[in-house]
Amino acid sequence: MFAFLVRRLIQAVLVMFVISLISFSIQDNLGDPLREMLGVAVSEAERERLREELGLNDPFLEQYWRFLQKAVQGDLGNSYFFKRPALEVIMEKLPATVELVLGATLIIVTLSVPIGVYCAIRPKTWLARTLMGLSIIGISVPVFLTAILLIYVFSIHLGWFPSYGRGDTAMIGFWETGLLTRDGLIHLVLPSIALSSIMLPLFIRLIRSEMMECLEQDYIRFARAKGLSNRRIWFIHALKNTLLPVITVGGVQIGTMIAFTILTETVFQWPGMGFLFLEAVNRTDTPLIIAYMIIVGLIFVVTNTLVDLIYGLVDPTVKLARRI
Amino acid sequence: MALLEVDSIEVRFPLREQEVIALRDVSFQLDRGERLGIVGESGAGKSVAAFAILNLISRPGYISEGEIRFDGQNLVRLSESQLSRVRGDRITMIFQDPMMTLNPVLTIGTQMMECLRTHRHLGEREAREIAVENLKKVRIPSAEARIDQYPHELSGGMRQRVVIAIALLTEPDLIIADEPTTALDVTIQAEIMALLLELCETENVALILITHDLGVVAQVTQRTIVMYAGRIIEEGPTRALIDRPQHPYTEGLIQALPENAVSGQRLNQIPGMMPTLTAIPLGCSFNPRCGHASDRCKTEVPLLSTDQDHRVACFWRMQQGAR
Ligand SMILES: Nc1ncnc2c1ncn2[C@@H]1O[C@H](COP(=O)(O)OP(=O)(O)OP(=O)(O)O)[C@@H](O)[C@H]1O
Ligand SMILES: [Mg+2]
Repeated sequence: MFAFLVRRLIQAVLVMFVISLISFSIQDNLGDPLREMLGVAVSEAERERLREELGLNDPFLEQYWRFLQKAVQGDLGNSYFFKRPALEVIMEKLPATVELVLGATLIIVTLSVPIGVYCAIRPKTWLARTLMGLSIIGISVPVFLTAILLIYVFSIHLGWFPSYGRGDTAMIGFWETGLLTRDGLIHLVLPSIALSSIMLPLFIRLIRSEMMECLEQDYIRFARAKGLSNRRIWFIHALKNTLLPVITVGGVQIGTMIAFTILTETVFQWPGMGFLFLEAVNRTDTPLIIAYMIIVGLIFVVTNTLVDLIYGLVDPTVKLARRI
Repeated sequence: MALLEVDSIEVRFPLREQEVIALRDVSFQLDRGERLGIVGESGAGKSVAAFAILNLISRPGYISEGEIRFDGQNLVRLSESQLSRVRGDRITMIFQDPMMTLNPVLTIGTQMMECLRTHRHLGEREAREIAVENLKKVRIPSAEARIDQYPHELSGGMRQRVVIAIALLTEPDLIIADEPTTALDVTIQAEIMALLLELCETENVALILITHDLGVVAQVTQRTIVMYAGRIIEEGPTRALIDRPQHPYTEGLIQALPENAVSGQRLNQIPGMMPTLTAIPLGCSFNPRCGHASDRCKTEVPLLSTDQDHRVACFWRMQQGAR
């Protein structure tokens, strides 16, 4: 257990190092931050002075070294636009994104397991066939299109749900939550559905195929020969074996979902990190862009480690120290 | 009344191009406490016959004809819920590969106790007690600790002992064992087989033992069935069948045994191969490989003689007269 954690920690540090290097090195390709900061009406001499001051003229490695030294102390630089620490700006938007991902995850978990299992044990019924057909469509329609469609139908046409923003929020310490107010919850519905629209069908298909494979195994036949009820065979013998690989894939996908939040948040003007990131790209706010990538990378690494841990706990055949 | 009467069973598999018949006209009987061996080449239909008894043929296969009377009940006609009261309770099974048979994510205890809870409606404590008792019966050391382990923590031989313990839990009338030692290490095969035989004798359980190994059959069973391409071609008391095989195929099997080989010479393999179900020859399905085949054998299917205790389906033998 201890060895496992140490190994994962070293891995995480390495991954974070690579992410920081990559995100830092692409900043030169994003455009000139000075033009965004100062506008065009500033003299070339003035620009050069500011550039020197910000250290933008130093060699790459020197800049990177300076960045790294500050970064390990939690200082990712100041946002050019907000004129405040980039990390602070991002952290303010983090709760909105986390709650959106939470909403989508909740939808995925509560729907994919029953639907996937149903389609596996009754594959020939019209309902299962319809669900599988829908899942193909769900996977192939891009998130932004789903989002626009949802807004069109449920907020413009039917007027059931608001189409943008987070609604009323409440503060719990530093965490700004929309989960405690009715208005906040209503605002969460459509964005969560939109965000889950790709992953949900993916998980339904994954669970279905894993489950069907499990049902072919000898231990299921043996369970039948033992005279066990169908319920026990499906939900204890088969489902437990089905969910093991699903947990692994699920962990990776939660990370991927954060990337999809950029699109969802933009369409719904959801005030989260993804929306902020897109704005930062438009403004060439390099410190903010880098900070975003590093935070998302960190979330990715942490969730993957957690998933591995959970997997090790639920799969009896895995000894944590030996894996990876 | 016999414990089990299998009466003219036919099993079909509707496949994409055609429907194959995996079992044809299979009939036999089994008394209480009797041990029956089923031998035959790979693909002869031994496993299908075993699973047919529990009405557990894998889809899309189905029993298309015949009756299976167990203790007077026709199992073919029972509903799933009625069947599940027979399966795992009165009739239990032992499969070939104990690693595949036991569920990898459930403890041995869980997999044992669920039988008792389903069939005997016992509580947790009682079920556990009986489970431990049965693990001791199959001589698993430190059963109280082993019961909470997962299958992968046990060796192959230990796992098969667990499977045998599961098969004995409900004090069944009949155990069907489909090649119970084939997947095991050669050194422990005999040990496991001896254990199974001993337990069947002391608990007075009937046994259907499916195997390739005529030596094992001779050791364990009282009667033996020889199957070929989905049919029973010979059936009789094990001793008589091995000492005086009636069917040329059975004779071939026995001559092919390593102990019957003359040293320095090749093993006496039967030439040719068993036909696949899609290409069964006209007449006796063994006729292309048979040294005694006549014209009649190539057109007409020989039926199992019904009168004697030692039955054979062979025109040549009927003409020759039993030896
Ligand atoms: N699920 C299935 N689908 C189609 N055909 C099947 C199926 N199961 C069995 N069969 C057919 O039934 C025949 C007999 O199979 P069976 O498994 O009973 O052989 P066996 O005598 O047990 O052989 P082995 O010694 O290899 O276990 C096979 O040759 C195959 O053609
Ligand atoms: Mg078989």
